[in-house]
Amino acid sequence: MPEPFPSAAPPIVEIDRLTRQFGNKTAIDDLSLTIPRGGVFGLIGGNGAGKTTLLRHILGLLKAQTGSVRVFGLDPVACPVGVLGRIGYLSEDRNLPNWMRVRELIRYTEAFYPAWDSKYAEELREAFDLDPLARVKNLSRGQRARAGLLVALAHRPDLLVLDEPSSGLDPVVRRDILGAIIRTIGEEGRTVLFSSHLLDEVERVADRVAIIHKGQILLNAAVDEIKESHRRVTLRFDQLQERPPQLIGALTQEGSGCEWTYICNGESEQVRRAAQALGATVVYDSALSLDEIFVTRVSQ
Amino acid sequence: MQIHITANEGVPIYLQVANQIKYLVAAGRMVAGEELPPIRTLAESLMVNPNTIARAYRELEMAGIVEKRRTLGTYVSDQGSPLARRERMKILSDRVDQLLAEAGNMDVSLEEIQKLVQQRYSVIRSSRSKDTNDA
Repeated sequence: MPEPFPSAAPPIVEIDRLTRQFGNKTAIDDLSLTIPRGGVFGLIGGNGAGKTTLLRHILGLLKAQTGSVRVFGLDPVACPVGVLGRIGYLSEDRNLPNWMRVRELIRYTEAFYPAWDSKYAEELREAFDLDPLARVKNLSRGQRARAGLLVALAHRPDLLVLDEPSSGLDPVVRRDILGAIIRTIGEEGRTVLFSSHLLDEVERVADRVAIIHKGQILLNAAVDEIKESHRRVTLRFDQLQERPPQLIGALTQEGSGCEWTYICNGESEQVRRAAQALGATVVYDSALSLDEIFVTRVSQ
Repeated sequence: MQIHITANEGVPIYLQVANQIKYLVAAGRMVAGEELPPIRTLAESLMVNPNTIARAYRELEMAGIVEKRRTLGTYVSDQGSPLARRERMKILSDRVDQLLAEAGNMDVSLEEIQKLVQQRYSVIRSSRSKDTNDA
């Protein structure tokens, strides 16, 4: 039985007013974010939004220029052993040592983690159909992702970090990755943080999502909450309207004449009341996909 | 149990799961006393978050459609209860509402709708009896 979400336990990740610049480009802009313990946290954003930079701070690969980063209550740059020993990480470019064989990769990684579970590693190797004698450089893209996933999972990390785990993979491998995420949080208290631009996947597996855009968090809430609080409504007015009348909570509007369509933040009932106040009737009202909500939010 | 999830749709996934189980029960495809799959099993087969399935089961439990038996699992409740009938009526009411809304948009009157329902009923019934005769 999965534990209640969000959990009352102290958060896994706490980022406070983090800013990061590369030259004169601001990658992370005064960003604060808390990731609760347990469950799956999805980080969504377009290319160059700051997803990877943010993950690299959590892994202690980048030092905070201003602001602070705490993982398991520790500074990941000052205490790499205490933090990295409890994290499993699959990078977007899956940078694995190319010259090794799969068997060597497994033994090599094992040496870093006291909590390594050899039996589990072997189970995963078989389930993923990885040849122990194959060279990493000769693996197909999908097998490479599976090898990366194996070494990220086999020490049963408290926090599994996946950077764009599905990008460029076929549906069969994507299914393995989603399955690994689901099984990981099936084990009590484990947390998964993953970044993705495949929003249907995020919607399937994430408990919470944060939208990152231009180095800032635009929205951070439970997936169900986000979906229930965004509607697309079409209003019909008695008289022609030159421009769209202001609807409370509206994020976008388009249309002409008597009919105007809005994407708005609010529940069905609230929106209906707001429309009534304008003297209009709701002729169409539907929920939005996470994809549509994302596009609306980042194009504000 | 046959459930189909479409991510990236308007309806939250927990609601898709709950609605489809409600439908299966109302349609008699799941009967009283039948066990629902364990949360984790269903989560892995549908490739969705286990918390989502847990939420769907909680909704169904609150609606009286399923019941938890201590640690044994989740079972379909006794269907003799009036709740099941209420649930069926609710599903149909939603459909009727959609029909009426569309009819309103197309300027079709209630009398015409009623006539149409009667007509379609006769058509379906006669084609069904023809099927059984053929078989």
